[in-house]
Amino acid sequence: MAAVRTSSEITFNRVAIVAVLLVTIIFLAPIYWIASTAFKPRNLATTIPPTVVFQPEISPFVKLFTKRSQLRSPPSPEEYAAAPWWERVVFNGGEKIVRDGKGQVQWSGYPSRFMNSLIVAITSTVLAVGMGTFTAYGFSRFKVKGEADLLFFILSTRMLPPVVVAIPMFLMYRAVGLNDSHVGLIILYTAFNLSFSVWLMKGFMDEIPKEYEEAALVDGYTRMEAFFKIVLPEAATGIAATAVFCFITAWNEYAFALIMTSRRAQTAPPFIPSQVGAGLPDWTVIAAGTFLFLLPVAIFTFLLRNHLLRGMSFGAIRK
Amino acid sequence: MTQIELRGVQKFFGAVQVIKDLNLKIDDNEFIVLLGQSGCGKTTTLRAVAGLETIDGGDILIDGKPVQHLKAADRDIAMVFQSFSLYPHMSVYENIAFPLRATRKSKAEIDSEVRSVAKTLQISDLLAKKPSALSGGDMQRVAIGRALVRRPKAMLMDEPIGALDAKLREEMRAEIKRLHIKQGSTSIYVTHDQIEAMSLADRIVIMHEGVLQQVGSPDEVYSHPANLFVAQFVGSPVMNVADASVTEKASSASVTVGDAAAGFEFPRTLLSKLNGHAGGQLALGIRPEGVLVRREAAEGFLPVETQIVEPLGSFDIVDLKVGSKMLRARTKSGFIGGPGERVFVRIDPSQAHFFDTASGKSLGVRL
Repeated sequence: MAAVRTSSEITFNRVAIVAVLLVTIIFLAPIYWIASTAFKPRNLATTIPPTVVFQPEISPFVKLFTKRSQLRSPPSPEEYAAAPWWERVVFNGGEKIVRDGKGQVQWSGYPSRFMNSLIVAITSTVLAVGMGTFTAYGFSRFKVKGEADLLFFILSTRMLPPVVVAIPMFLMYRAVGLNDSHVGLIILYTAFNLSFSVWLMKGFMDEIPKEYEEAALVDGYTRMEAFFKIVLPEAATGIAATAVFCFITAWNEYAFALIMTSRRAQTAPPFIPSQVGAGLPDWTVIAAGTFLFLLPVAIFTFLLRNHLLRGMSFGAIRK
Repeated sequence: MTQIELRGVQKFFGAVQVIKDLNLKIDDNEFIVLLGQSGCGKTTTLRAVAGLETIDGGDILIDGKPVQHLKAADRDIAMVFQSFSLYPHMSVYENIAFPLRATRKSKAEIDSEVRSVAKTLQISDLLAKKPSALSGGDMQRVAIGRALVRRPKAMLMDEPIGALDAKLREEMRAEIKRLHIKQGSTSIYVTHDQIEAMSLADRIVIMHEGVLQQVGSPDEVYSHPANLFVAQFVGSPVMNVADASVTEKASSASVTVGDAAAGFEFPRTLLSKLNGHAGGQLALGIRPEGVLVRREAAEGFLPVETQIVEPLGSFDIVDLKVGSKMLRARTKSGFIGGPGERVFVRIDPSQAHFFDTASGKSLGVRL
C-alpha cells in the first residue's frame, strides 16, 4: 500500500478530507440537536441563540416515561424531601408525577409505543427476511417457469408509493378488524419489505456457488439439510444486510402507522409528534423520545456495519 | 467391489442432446477417465452418475442395480469438484467430518476416521484451519479427503486439478494415482487434459458432442485411434492428418500426401489392407514422431524444405513443406537450424494411420 503519490494528489486528498468532514458535520447536526435538547433543562431548550453549554439533566427522560400534571402550588418541604430523586427533578420543572389511588406512578404512553415499535419491526423483519431467503433460494437454484416475470411482478409491488393505497388498505383493515393491531402492522410491513428482501437475497444466493450444496447432496444430505447446514451460514452476510434494511424501513415507517393505529398497536413514529400539539410543547421531552427512538437502529446498524457495506456493494465486483 | 454401468443413457438440455446413447461398463477398482473438449457431455455424464443430473433415457447401474431414480445422497458415491467446494464456514476437520455426520456414526468413530484420512493425505496439521487459509494443493487434498472418508462405492472427480498451476498439477496427478493404487476404489475422472488422462487412466473414454468415440487403455487410444477425432484429440503435438492417395508400384505402394509431386514409400501389403479404399476419401494420419527426418539423401526419403522450428526443450517440432501441405515432425532439439533448410523425410509405415474421410473412421490398417 505504498503507491507513488504526487504532491497534487496529496493536496487533493487533504481537500477531500475537509469536504468529507464538512458533509459529516452537516449530516450529524440534527442528531446533535436532538441529543443535546434531550438533556437540556426545559427553559434552555428554546433560547435564541441556542444554548450550547449547559448542565445536562436527566429530567426529560423521567418526564418522557411518566404521566405528569402542572403544580398549582410548590410541594411542601416534607413532600419534596420524601420524594425520590426522579420525582424531585419533575417538581423542579414545576410539574408533578401523576399517581393512582394506591400511589402507583402512572406511565406515559411512550414505553408501550416503544415496545409496539420493537414488536412490529422485529417480527416483520424476521418474517420478511425469512420468507425472502426461501423465495430467493428457490428462484436462484431451481428452474422456475416464468422466473423473470415472477421476479418482476414481485418487484412491481414497490413501483407504487405505498401511501397511495393507504385509504383502501385502511378500509380493508377495518373490515377485517386488523386496524390498530400488531398483526395488522406486521403483515403490512412484511409485505412492504418482502420484495426488497427477495431481490437482495436473490443476489446473495446467486453468489453462493451451487457446488457447495451439490457436494452436500453427494455427501449424503437432503436438500433441506444442505440448505440449513451449508447455504444459510454462507448467506449470513446477505441476511444481515437485508435485515438491517428491512428493520430500518419498518422501524421508521410513519404514514401507515399513523393511519392504521391509534392506541393499542401505535408505534413510536406517530406517537412522538402527537405530543407536540398538546398545549405548550415540552421540546426536551420530545427530543428525549426521539433520541431513544434513534438508538435501536443506530446500534443495530453499527453492529452489522461491515455486512451492510458489503450488502450495498454486492455484485459490483465480478469474482 | 463396485461396478458401474451406463446403458443407452440419453440426456437433453432443452432441444440439445448432450449425451447420445452412451454405453459404458466400468469394472471394480478401475480408474476411468472421461476425456473430451468442453461441452462434449463428459461432466454431464459424471453428474448423472452422481445423481446431480437426471437422465432422459437409459439406465445407470451400480453393482447391477438401476440407480437413476435414486437421490444423490442414496447412491453412496463421493465426488470431488473442480472448485473443490470446501465449505468456507467450516474448518478442515469439519469439512472432512461432514459426510460422516450424515451417517449415524459416534463422535469417536468420526474423529478416528477423519484423523486417519488426514494422515493418509498428510494434512493432519491443517485440521484446525479454515479452507480460505489453504493453498490450492492443500484444498485439493482436503476435497479428496472429504470424498474418501466415507469409503464410498465410487469416487467421481470433475477436473479436480484443473484449477491448479502447472507444477502443482503434476504433483497432484501423481498423488491421485498413488492414492488410487493404495485405496483402490472405482473411479471416474473427468478432464479435458489428455496428458492427465493418459497418465492416470486404466481406460480412457473419449467423448465428442455427446457421443462416445473410443474406449481403451491409454496406449490403445494413442496408438490405435478409432477415428479422426480421437487421432487429433489425443497426443501432443497433434497428429498430422492429410488427404492421401495410394498408387501401386513394382515392389511397393506409394502414398502421396495432398498434391505433392512424389509419394512416400510403403510396403506393398498396404494395398490389400486398404481393401479398395486406395482411391479418394482416404486420409493419412501420422504423429510427428512417425515422420523420420535426415539431413542426407537416402533410399526412400523425399527432399523437403523446413518452415518453422518450434524448440520445446527436450525436442523440436519442425514444419516441413510437402506439396502444399505442412507435415510436422519431431526431431532432436537443435537438429534443424532454422527455416529454409533442405532435409530428407520419410514416414514410418508402422506408425501410419489411415482413415476414411467420409466417415472419419479408422480403416484399422496396421503395417
